[in-house]
Amino acid sequence: MLLSSLLVDPVDLTVSTGWKVEPRGACKGVHCVPLPPSAIDLAGRIDVRVLAERLGMALVEDLDGELWALGPESAVTGRALTTAEAPDLVLPTIDGEPFRLSELRGSKVIIVSWASW
Amino acid sequence: MWQELRTELQARGTDIEIVTVALDTAGAEAARPFVEQAGGGNVALIDEAHLMGALFGVVNVPNAVWIDERGMIVRPAEPAFPGRSPVIDEIRQADLGGGAAGADAEAEGSSSAGLSLMNQIRGVGAAPLPPALVEQLRLTQQIVIEAELYREMILDWAEHGAASRFVLPAEEVVSRSNVRSLDQSRAAAHFELGQHRHGHGDHPGAIGHWREAHRLHPENWTYKRQAWRFEAGPGGDPSLYDSNWTADVRAIGPENYYPRLEVR
Repeated sequence: MLLSSLLVDPVDLTVSTGWKVEPRGACKGVHCVPLPPSAIDLAGRIDVRVLAERLGMALVEDLDGELWALGPESAVTGRALTTAEAPDLVLPTIDGEPFRLSELRGSKVIIVSWASW
Repeated sequence: MWQELRTELQARGTDIEIVTVALDTAGAEAARPFVEQAGGGNVALIDEAHLMGALFGVVNVPNAVWIDERGMIVRPAEPAFPGRSPVIDEIRQADLGGGAAGADAEAEGSSSAGLSLMNQIRGVGAAPLPPALVEQLRLTQQIVIEAELYREMILDWAEHGAASRFVLPAEEVVSRSNVRSLDQSRAAAHFELGQHRHGHGDHPGAIGHWREAHRLHPENWTYKRQAWRFEAGPGGDPSLYDSNWTADVRAIGPENYYPRLEVR
């Protein structure tokens, strides 16, 4: 997840990472990781430095210091998947239209990763 | 191959939605010729930032993830060949001469006769094969592809649904997904920053991030193959990276390039 600020809107966080901030902490699937009060500012934004530390997410600053990338969590299951609930992947189609994986709920789906390279 | 499989599934009175995702930092135009050649019918998505790696643990292609009607993953990312590939079959049957892999000098001038599909993809005629390509092809001949098994698995899931012997419980889906360390999380962040810089016209600025992604997560072939591809054409500089596909596949052994399918 690319960030132009270290304070992030919780909705944006959920869309990009699947992590939802609730009263009991940051939650994904069956996992909830408690967050200290300092993780949330008065405007309800999440301090990603705190979140990253709790979830084992790498926070990498770009060379110019105006952009960061937040890597995926590593500290909850130690696996690429934290839960078997499929993330709601949102990507453009080849014609540029937005597509949301949850549109196919109710069908069996195989997501095939490939590349031209 | 996926379109053919879907047609077969529909003829059997079953169906599975196939969503293809091109992990292509070069964008839709890089993927379009292949999508058009495959024909319509499937949802075709473009993943410039390789989100499939961060979200699903994809580290090589082709890979696939199965998701059931409730939105639950029932098989995590794994090698996905739904049938025999004519191009791979052609390479396997090709007589590349020269004996053991690595004998570059012996391979000088090897004929590409019998590799018409590959030549078509490369956009070249039946010219002698460069020694480096011969070595790549020799390694490719030794890569293990479990197409028959994977096809059987899909047909079984289509017919039996949740009762299929290939459907995994939730805990096993998580435990069978790829290991993720903090270094691997850091690699994903670096890759995304590199993709951002490349996408904003700063390809040189992407190199450092991609090199770091390679160092932190060397088992991730999508990071490496993507970056190497940009340096493979005219004006590219393969020396920007410390390794290449041939060297890295030789190092792990081509038989280990794709992990074996884990069947319950």
